[in-house]
Amino acid sequence: MTHKFIEDFATADIAFEASGEDLDELFKSSAEALFEILANPKKVNKSIVKKISLSNKNIENLLYDFLSEILYIKDNDFMIFNSCNVKITELDEIYQLKVTLHGEKINPKKHELHSDAKAITLHQFSIEKTKNGYNSFVIVDI
Amino acid sequence: MFKTLTERPPINKINDFVWEIPQSYKEGMQVPARIYASKKLLDEMDLGVFDQVTNVACLPGIQKYAYCMADGHQGYGFPIGGVAAFDAETGVISPGGVGFDINCGMKLCTTNLTFKDIQPKIKEIVDHLFKTVPSGVGSKGFMNVNKNQFKDIMQDGVKWAVDNGYGWTQDIGRCEAQGKIEWADTSKVSDKAISRGINQLGTLGSGNHYLEIQVAHPDNIFDKNNAVKLGIKEPEQVVIMFHCGSRGFGHQIATEYLRLFLDNMKKNNLKVLDNELACAPFTSKEGQDYYKAMACAANMAFANRQVILHRIREGFSKIFNDTPENLGLESIWDNCHNIARREKYKIDGKMKWVITHRKGATKSFGPNHEELPNEFKDIGSPIILGGSMQTGSYLLVGTKKAEEETFSSTAHGSGRVMSRTKAKSQFRGEKLQKEMWDKGIYVRAMSMSGLAEEAGLAYKNISEVVDSIHKTGISNKVVGLVPIANIKG
Repeated sequence: MTHKFIEDFATADIAFEASGEDLDELFKSSAEALFEILANPKKVNKSIVKKISLSNKNIENLLYDFLSEILYIKDNDFMIFNSCNVKITELDEIYQLKVTLHGEKINPKKHELHSDAKAITLHQFSIEKTKNGYNSFVIVDI
Repeated sequence: MFKTLTERPPINKINDFVWEIPQSYKEGMQVPARIYASKKLLDEMDLGVFDQVTNVACLPGIQKYAYCMADGHQGYGFPIGGVAAFDAETGVISPGGVGFDINCGMKLCTTNLTFKDIQPKIKEIVDHLFKTVPSGVGSKGFMNVNKNQFKDIMQDGVKWAVDNGYGWTQDIGRCEAQGKIEWADTSKVSDKAISRGINQLGTLGSGNHYLEIQVAHPDNIFDKNNAVKLGIKEPEQVVIMFHCGSRGFGHQIATEYLRLFLDNMKKNNLKVLDNELACAPFTSKEGQDYYKAMACAANMAFANRQVILHRIREGFSKIFNDTPENLGLESIWDNCHNIARREKYKIDGKMKWVITHRKGATKSFGPNHEELPNEFKDIGSPIILGGSMQTGSYLLVGTKKAEEETFSSTAHGSGRVMSRTKAKSQFRGEKLQKEMWDKGIYVRAMSMSGLAEEAGLAYKNISEVVDSIHKTGISNKVVGLVPIANIKG
């Protein structure tokens, strides 16, 4: 379960590729890439817990909505993140996502802040099935 | 995988500064694509520009050409520097053609101070503004507005700010569209968008957003008469330029409507080559709802820049111990570069309403345009072209030629040549900050990695961009402005 930032793509934005052995891991690694765009997660405590529940029959749309929800919480709750737990189940061909986010209130004196990401773009946004699991391709508007 | 073109498409020369990718290049193109740039800038453009501008050329109802300006580079959906106009009756509207930062734009304020006056106090004034104009991840503004007041802001833009003590009456006229988009409808905006943005009035954001103190050196005055009309009257005069938009409020509106449009593509019988170009017929309910919600975000952005101007006036007044009026802190202009607007143009001999999308492009109206305030009627619309923090920025004016050729559009900045990820691996924020100070530019930043991403070398040569659009005749250069201090988000 990893993510990497892509140097030669998305000039004014940040492109990343994340991977996971299953969808739970893929969503977790994609979220971790986003956490790192906002701030250094290692310097963020797990003092606040936020829960996200979403559903969609399309897995790519579900990932898009999930990552977008993280950016909403960032502004609405003045929060940055350390990590998350992800559980995806399927019911009647609809994916059900339950996530617990761990993080804390933003403190510029304490945290190593990076970019105030604006939104998740749909430009070339995709999830691909690989022989080891799944990869996601995401461009974040900065 | 991220897909990139492996080779450049066929590009035909129209003249030294206009290049065309023929309609036959890609299946589905409704019109050719045109790039307004010098050969040097064209040759430096990443292949993503050509792919994206030709994707835009496939959208239904597009008129004349899909355009990319001289500062163009790969964006998401539209290229940055992208312009496209769609038939208002049969064409579409696309949130991706406006961008997530709805009404991201520039504001310029003059002073009657010169470089000599400000130099001894530069650290003091910048450190003060760094505190009073918050920037970076999760910054909160100084304004405490309730939901009803925020709705008034969505309706009235700059006028709300001025009516509530955050500006001067004459500031209203010194904005594109008088700082207020008329068709805003707050019922089209979600509670989530409001709660995301309500605390962010008065904040800069991050990325390429900044607040800069600049100097107009006499060597950089290219058109003395127009410079005076744009408030640049003295040698070494100091001005303040800043760049920001509708913050999380606009980002949320754009995200929600993009998803709504995507879900309705099938129903609307529309197909796009990239989901970021998800669109809806302008006349459809979704299309109209987005247009009205977009206007709410645009007005919030106008108000945001206006309250930041108020903070700048307060800051200068405190540090220089004089009134903002005596210090000549006059608002010169405020222009958007991420917006869609219904406009009328002569196409194939007939006047026609179109929805012009500008994604990283500025409006360029020639002299006597009805939308211009009286003081600028004879010179055309002011154009604020923000450059990198190490090189400089420009003021230009609009032209009739832009009205005729490019749906009244021109470039918006210098445009990037290097990705943020690459810039971070090549530059170190702390080192850059020191180097800039050695060269006389005092920089404060919330994020050192964010500062590294904005290194001057990550951008095109702005003089080349300005010369391109000047020589093409889609805007005329007036003044070059050199930074002496910069606040980065």
